[in-house]
Amino acid sequence: MSTATSTESKELAPVRTESLAALLIARERPPRPSSLSTSLTFGWRAILKIKHVPEQLFDVTAFPIMNLLMFTYLFGGALAGSPSDYIQFVLPGILVMSVVMITMYTGVSVNIDIEKGVFDRFRSLPIWRPSAMVGYLLGDALRYTIASAVMLVVGLVLGYRPDGGFTGVVVGIGLLLVFSFAFSWIWTMFGLMLRTEKSVMSVSMMVIFPLTFLSNVFVDPRTMPGWLQAFVNNSPITHLASAVRGLMAGEWPADEIGWTLGWAALFLVVFGPVTMRLYNRK
Amino acid sequence: MRTQTSGLAIETAGLAKTFGETRAVDGVDLAVPAGTVYGVLGPNGAGKTTTVKMLATLLRPDGGEAHVFGHDVVREADEVRARVSLTGQYASVDEDLTGTENLVLLGRLLGHGKKAARERGAQLLEAFGLTDAAAKQVKHYSGGMRRRIDIAASILNTPDLLFLDEPTTGLDPRSRNQVWDIVRAVVAQGTTVLLTTQYLDEADQLASRIAVIDKGRVIAEGTKGELKASVGAGSVHLRLRDADQRPEAERVLRELLVAEVQLEPDPVALTARLGAAASDTAAGQAARALGELARTGITVDNFSLGQPSLDEVFLALTGHDAGQDTGHDTKDEVTA
Repeated sequence: MSTATSTESKELAPVRTESLAALLIARERPPRPSSLSTSLTFGWRAILKIKHVPEQLFDVTAFPIMNLLMFTYLFGGALAGSPSDYIQFVLPGILVMSVVMITMYTGVSVNIDIEKGVFDRFRSLPIWRPSAMVGYLLGDALRYTIASAVMLVVGLVLGYRPDGGFTGVVVGIGLLLVFSFAFSWIWTMFGLMLRTEKSVMSVSMMVIFPLTFLSNVFVDPRTMPGWLQAFVNNSPITHLASAVRGLMAGEWPADEIGWTLGWAALFLVVFGPVTMRLYNRK
Repeated sequence: MRTQTSGLAIETAGLAKTFGETRAVDGVDLAVPAGTVYGVLGPNGAGKTTTVKMLATLLRPDGGEAHVFGHDVVREADEVRARVSLTGQYASVDEDLTGTENLVLLGRLLGHGKKAARERGAQLLEAFGLTDAAAKQVKHYSGGMRRRIDIAASILNTPDLLFLDEPTTGLDPRSRNQVWDIVRAVVAQGTTVLLTTQYLDEADQLASRIAVIDKGRVIAEGTKGELKASVGAGSVHLRLRDADQRPEAERVLRELLVAEVQLEPDPVALTARLGAAASDTAAGQAARALGELARTGITVDNFSLGQPSLDEVFLALTGHDAGQDTGHDTKDEVTA
């Protein structure tokens, strides 16, 4: 953001006070927009930002591919005999892990944005209060969809064959997006609560690493010690990974889907209001 | 929804905000008449921005009350938000988006359809002379351009009350004049403007009433004329032919006018501050002074009569200056 590229004000056209006056005369205001409309508008803003800064797609493309290649070939031979057997088991899990990990960037972008004056403007608008936050998450849903698609394509190339077919895969990704949307309210909370981008990042890491690794993403939990099993078997990530794995394999794991949606609802109900409280008080 | 020009746009009583141990705003009472430019003048850290943020519903007051067009800023925040708009001290637009995108975004958020938002955005960019920069990201804009897009965003829906928080801080004099023109155009159409500034000449140029705040409190309030009158009738500046005669001139002025006389850095210059003496006008006092100096044989090369400037008002009220370099009266271009 160097100012060296700034256009000099010398070349600036003058302000036309007459046309300005004509514009100001119109005092009628459109009706208050719906909460859906304002949320979608904020979602559009997130997409515009991707358009202007496409580099930010790096973490939803390169990072998941790296994860997939790394874990498939690192563990595949040892855990399942061969990488091509392992990928049948591990791809839905790595998909879940990568997307859930990517959600933490939401907190960082909220934190960066909130420091800028534009947030004061958003907060002084007569609109449904959570729409700015919901808009972030809608824009992020697009990023998660891109990440999922990229990983699936690479997975298919490596030999992944989902028995659930197209429908199973789409429903699985749908569930993953719903969970990520709800889970992200933890990050919006941290984004508003913590002072610097760096602290948001390090707190997020502290949460996300144990949560994603201590799950059934890589291995069956049965070989883990009892105390760890107790944690892993009840972790929302385990439920999500099992549900997505089942759906993509052509099953209908109702229990796991139920648990996943239950956790999603809990995250939304707890961290949504906390986020909004911080947003209003900021 | 045109607001009546009588009545108050803003009314606060004992408004207060504390951050930790600091009482940033310490019982502010304001009454801002609708349809005018109201200046809030104070140095950095006086509590101007905090006050504006509370009035714009961005901060919750810790004490006191504030009403905007009769609506309580806490209990009826949405009613207030529908009527006000804010241009903060730093660009209140999204720097990653282009000028057009910013205005369309806000237009949509304010309830305009896609087409209407686009049209209104294009018209505003045109009026603000930004059409050429419409497709550029705001982060590539110059300071003056940012201010313009910022104010354009604030008047997308003509607000009843516009907060301008230090709108010209960091701008070159030319851009500052342009912002002043915009403010005049906005207020001419019936919008009330609350302007915070640390530039005394800015308040002098734009505001009809001024509140001077320092350390979170209003220390003076009134029209420009009232504020200036409170520090005296004005001052007489003299330049003598001969620096050796200055001590004598100083003595004469002190005795004749019973005025405070200040010796300027220039060895031949001196300034007498005239008291608000009811018996004589500033011009009359000055005439007597000149006559007396001539009789004493002191040659006066140059003479000017200064209205008290807001700088002097500020100095007199706070005991410290506003932190800027205009040490002298702004002489005759200042009109009360």
